[in-house]
Order: sequence, then structure tokens, then C-alpha cells
Amino acid sequence: MSLLIIKNLEAGIPGKQILRGINLEIRPGEVHAIMGPNGSGKSTLAQVLAGRDTYEVTGGEVLFDGKNLLELEPEERAAAGLFLAFQYPVEIPGVSNLTFLRASLNSIRKQHGLDELDAFDFLENVRGKMKLLDMPEALLNRAVNAGFSGGEKKRNEILQMAVLEPRLAILDETDSGLDIDALKAVANGVNAMRSPERSFLVVTHYQRLLNHIVPDFVHVMSGGRIVRSGDKNLALELEQKGYSELDEQAVSELVR
Amino acid sequence: MSEPNNIEALVTQPYKYGFTTEVETDSVPPGLNEDIIRMISAKKGEPEFMLEWRLKAYRHWLTMKEPTWANVKYPPIDYQKIVYFSSPKMKTDRPRSLDEVDPKILETYEKLGIPLREQERLAGVAVDAVFDSVSVGTTFKERLAELGIIFCSFSEAVREHPDLVSKYLGTVVPPTDNFFAALNSAVFSDGSFCYVPKGVTCPMELSTYFRINAQDTGQFERTLIIADEGSFVSYLEGCTAPIRDSNQLHAAVVELVALDNAQIKYSTVQNWYPGDKEGRGGIYNFVTKRGKCLGVNSKISWTQLETGSAITWKYPSCLLVGDGSVGEFYSVAVTNNRQQADTGTKMIHIGKNTRSTIVSKGISAGQGQNTYRGMVKILNGAEGARNYSQCDSMLIGDRCGAHTFPMLEVKNSTAQVEHEATTSKIGEDQIFYCRQRGLSSEDAVSMIVNGFCKEVFRELPLEFAVEAQKLLSISLEGSVG
Repeated sequence: MSLLIIKNLEAGIPGKQILRGINLEIRPGEVHAIMGPNGSGKSTLAQVLAGRDTYEVTGGEVLFDGKNLLELEPEERAAAGLFLAFQYPVEIPGVSNLTFLRASLNSIRKQHGLDELDAFDFLENVRGKMKLLDMPEALLNRAVNAGFSGGEKKRNEILQMAVLEPRLAILDETDSGLDIDALKAVANGVNAMRSPERSFLVVTHYQRLLNHIVPDFVHVMSGGRIVRSGDKNLALELEQKGYSELDEQAVSELVR
Repeated sequence: MSEPNNIEALVTQPYKYGFTTEVETDSVPPGLNEDIIRMISAKKGEPEFMLEWRLKAYRHWLTMKEPTWANVKYPPIDYQKIVYFSSPKMKTDRPRSLDEVDPKILETYEKLGIPLREQERLAGVAVDAVFDSVSVGTTFKERLAELGIIFCSFSEAVREHPDLVSKYLGTVVPPTDNFFAALNSAVFSDGSFCYVPKGVTCPMELSTYFRINAQDTGQFERTLIIADEGSFVSYLEGCTAPIRDSNQLHAAVVELVALDNAQIKYSTVQNWYPGDKEGRGGIYNFVTKRGKCLGVNSKISWTQLETGSAITWKYPSCLLVGDGSVGEFYSVAVTNNRQQADTGTKMIHIGKNTRSTIVSKGISAGQGQNTYRGMVKILNGAEGARNYSQCDSMLIGDRCGAHTFPMLEVKNSTAQVEHEATTSKIGEDQIFYCRQRGLSSEDAVSMIVNGFCKEVFRELPLEFAVEAQKLLSISLEGSVG
């Protein structure tokens, strides 16, 4: 059974439609990549799935594990196992990473009727995850993303993902602004998290991330629609031809 | 959900200290004149010097005008309508122990979470309880006396320790200092007095709990704390009042004196009735607080959490006279609904190598207006003086305001002065980020606000830091949905 089913999803901001009928199905364990030029709606899709209320859903439906995802509040979606690694992680001054992570995990555990983890159990848990991601422990005592470098912010997103252990992780341009070492570190973190139960939706502008996180499927978005789908070779093709050629091709396909 | 509207909605928690206590009172008639002042002085059995001091202050007050420079708005106060002295009737004039205090009053403090009797047994905090115009009881007095520490009501200090009182009273805030200080000097009724002798570290927190109960009464208390050479004391004040439609005036004066190598840590958790959502009622909190670091290497530290009052007008300040002395000001001021706060500090560097730190956090929600007003003055002789100021404002919703008026006056070229200021809005971005990680909106706001205030909260005595966090959450409850 599919973990995520998106049917004819339409969404936008008042006066402007951005998503014009998205169809996508993700089964457990699959890694899907969504590529496309700026303004094609990739990030909007990621935000709509996470429940950002800046966007209004005007049509279609989304099922997550058989449930109507669009009816859930953002925190309920998180509890259901949907995680979004933000393109621009937000700073929360004065709140330590450790406090934030523990509050998040416990809030999700509470929504599942589980006991909260105490400080010791939690620290043990998070230390293990940091080792896996090769992250310095000092990061735990710093305020959430405050004064972090671009690379640190993105790795911090992956750490949060590792601690919260979602069923579907959406990575929104996690590779943007990263140098090659940081990119590898992020990719290693994601690869370490891959499992038959966990799915990924990797939103990216460039093919280079997909050399490190090898997807099962690649989709190309343009003008608010998925205009082509294929396997990992589609990404390589795009890299060579560029999006403009694809746009023309997509348009002619649609006209036909 | 639409964030901006819900952000506005957080102010639904009723003020939980708003009850009244039915006690018979012994009050003077409303209005202010020399006879009233004589009456107050007589009721308190004061020595002659005190009455003279009051009358002098009163005569000066008559020549003064109410200040209008603060960034707050309120209708004119009719000083002839205020009752300047109100005290619950007691079995005896001066209760010797808590057994002689009206049980209803003890009950009041219990309801406020300050059980005076238990407090007597619990180690940790000594409390002076001020009810309207008088102190109704002070705990741990005897234990402290063994160390030579005097902790009692101001009235008692005037009677029992007139030498100390007359030596220091008005030396930090002179009766002529400002309109409200002059008024206070004329009519002040009670408050706390503390003297810590040479070399003594006070083994427990000292605290005064102020309660306004009677209607149409002003509370004018005076606190004087003297830390003799090499001593240390940590002092905390808390304040609440019943819910009433009319505004009540609270014009207090606090004076601190730190001699050579002495340290005073003064913390305030101010939760006077703030008025209702439409701005009806609430306390006018017009307070003059000042500390004098008289001795070398002395230190005075102010920490305040201001969540209550319809209007707050106060600037806890430090006069850094002694060489190497240190002044600190850590403040969180919250204005919600129609509350207004104009608060900050003055750091006056007089001695050499004096240092000061100012950390001010203003939080505005609803239609609250929050102003930071500060002055850092470095005089000619303040060789090597240093100041660091940081003023951060946080806005919740789009109908509130934050204002900052910092003033710097540097007359010595060896001084180093730093000022940082930020304004942030609890944004949808932050809240959405937290919710995406599984936190509810309310938990998200509470976490973000507490993070914002962290530098100040960690200065509060441990016992009160937790309480402060809770109070903050309650004050902002409902401003985000």
C-alpha cells in the first residue's frame, strides 16, 4: 500500500494558482526526487504537504497512510510521521537545540500516547544519532539554528529528522548553499536513514545531490505540474539538456 | 488557521489574584494636606524627625508638576480623591507574632501562594507581608537577628533603628528627586527595611510581598536596603492587587546602598492587576528605584519581570560611585491588551573602572505599548568605565508597539560603551517550524518567548525562575491560537 497518494492537487496563494494538478504516489522505502526550474512549484508542494497555511488548497486530495492529510494540523502531520527539512531553517534564539529536539520528540510521543523520554534517555538517543551523522556534540547546546552556518543549519535539519524518525521525509532543497563536504555529510545522513519502511521526497534544483542520494524515481515539475517521470537517468538527462529544452518538449507533449 | 488573527487571541486567562479580602479597615479620609500627613505620622508613632522630613517633602511636592515625558497615556489623576492610608484593623496596634494577625489576612496570603505560617517553618525565604499601607508580619526575623541582620517593616525600623534610618533615608532618592518620589516621601506608609552587617552573607532570600486590597487607596511604600562592607543579600519583591474598575496608584520608592565590597541583588516579580481587555482598571505603577554603589568594588544588580499594571513607569538605576563598582539591570517587561510600560534604567558612572550591564527584553502583545528608556552617563572622573547595553523587543501580533529611547552621555574618553538593539516579531515562520516538529502553537510561543527572555530569567533566584516562566506563559496565554 502506498504511503503517500497525491491526486490532482491544486493550490496557490490568493490570486495566483501555483500547483495545477499534481499526481504522485510514494510507496514505503522509495526515494523520489522532484526536480524543476525556479518557480515550477517544487517548494510549494513541499510546504503544502507540511500544512503551511500561506497556501490554500483549491482542489484534489492527499492521502497519507490512507488518511486525509489535508485535514490535519501541521503538528498532527508531524505526529503522523511527515517531516519537512526546511529550505531555510528558522532560528529560535535562546532555545537550545537539545531542549527543542526533546520537546519535539516528546510532543510527538505524547500524541501517540507514549511516555515522554526523560533527559537521560533522550540524551543517549540523540548522542547516537549525532555519531551517525558525524556531528559535534557542542551543537546540542547552541540555540536552534542561531548563528549557524548554512551547512550547519542543513545538517541540523537532518539531525532533527534522525531523532524524530519520520515515515516520510521531505527534503526541500537541502543541497542549496552547501559545499561539497557538507553535501556529502547531509547525503550520508539521509542514506543512513534509508529503510524499507521510510520514504523520501527529495526536492532539488540540481542533479549533483542525486549522485549521493540515489533516487528510485525522478519527477520533473514545470508550471505547477509533473511533466515527466522516470528513473535516476532522467536526472542525468536533465543535467545535460537543461530545463529550457525540457519545457519546450513538455509543452509540446501537453499540446499534443 | 490564520496566524495573525490567532496571534491576537491569546489573552483570555483571567487574572487569578483579583479577589478582595473583607477586613475592617482603619483609613484616613481621602485627600492630601499637612493634617493628613500628621495623621499618618501619628498613627505610626513616628519620631519627630520623620514628620519633619515628610512635611518638607510635601511642601516641595506642591511646587512640582507631574511629569509628562513618559511614553504613556492616562487621564489626569485627582490626588485629592486618593486615600493615603488604609490599614486592616488589628487586635493590637503592632502584632508581635502571626497569632495576632487577622486570620483573613493570613488566608489572603495563603491564597496568593505565600503561606506565612508555613513560610515560617520552611527554610529558604524570609517574607515581609505588606497589606495596603502596613506590614502585617515578617517571618524569620529572629533567626536573621542572630546574624545581626535587621529585616523588618519600615515602620518598625523608624521606631527601633532611627539612627540607621536617618543616616540613609533619602540619600539615594532624595525627597525632591521627582514628582512621585516627593509624593511618596510625604505619605509613605510602610515597606521593608533591611540592614546586613559587615562581612555577613545573608543565608536566605529576603522578600516582601505587596498586596493592595482596599478600594480608592494608593499604596506608597518605601524600601531601604543597606549592605555594609563585604556583605551580600538577595532580595525579592512580589506584588498583586484585586480586580477593580477604577485605577489605583502605586508610587513606591526603593533605595539601596552598597558599601565597600558589598553586593545587593534585587529581584522583582511585578504582577499588579493589569486592567481588563478594554483597558478598564488596573494599577498605575509609578516607582522610583535606585541603588548607590557607594563603596569600592560594590555591586548592585536589578532583575525585574514586569507583567502586571495598567501603566508601568520605572527605571531601576545605579549610581556607581565607588571605584570598581558594578551595576546590572536585567529586565523583562510584558504588555498585553491595553497595558503600557515605559521602563528602563540609568547607569551613572562616577568612580574609576566602574562597569555596567543592561539587558532589556520587551514583549508586546494585543494593543500593548512597550518602551525602553535608558541612560548611560559616564562622568569626567570615570576613568576606564565600561557599559554594555542590549535592548531587544519582541512583537506578537500587529496592533502592539515597541519603542526604544537609549541615551548615552560620555565625558571620559577612556570609557567603552556598547549598545545593541533588536526587534523581532514572533513570526509565522517560527511557529510553523515548531509545529512541523510536532509542537502545538501555544507550546511554540511559550518556548520562543522563554528563549527570548532566557538571559534575564537566569539572573532570577532559582526558586523564582520557574514561577517567572509560568507567569510569563499566563500573561501571554491566548495571544497565539
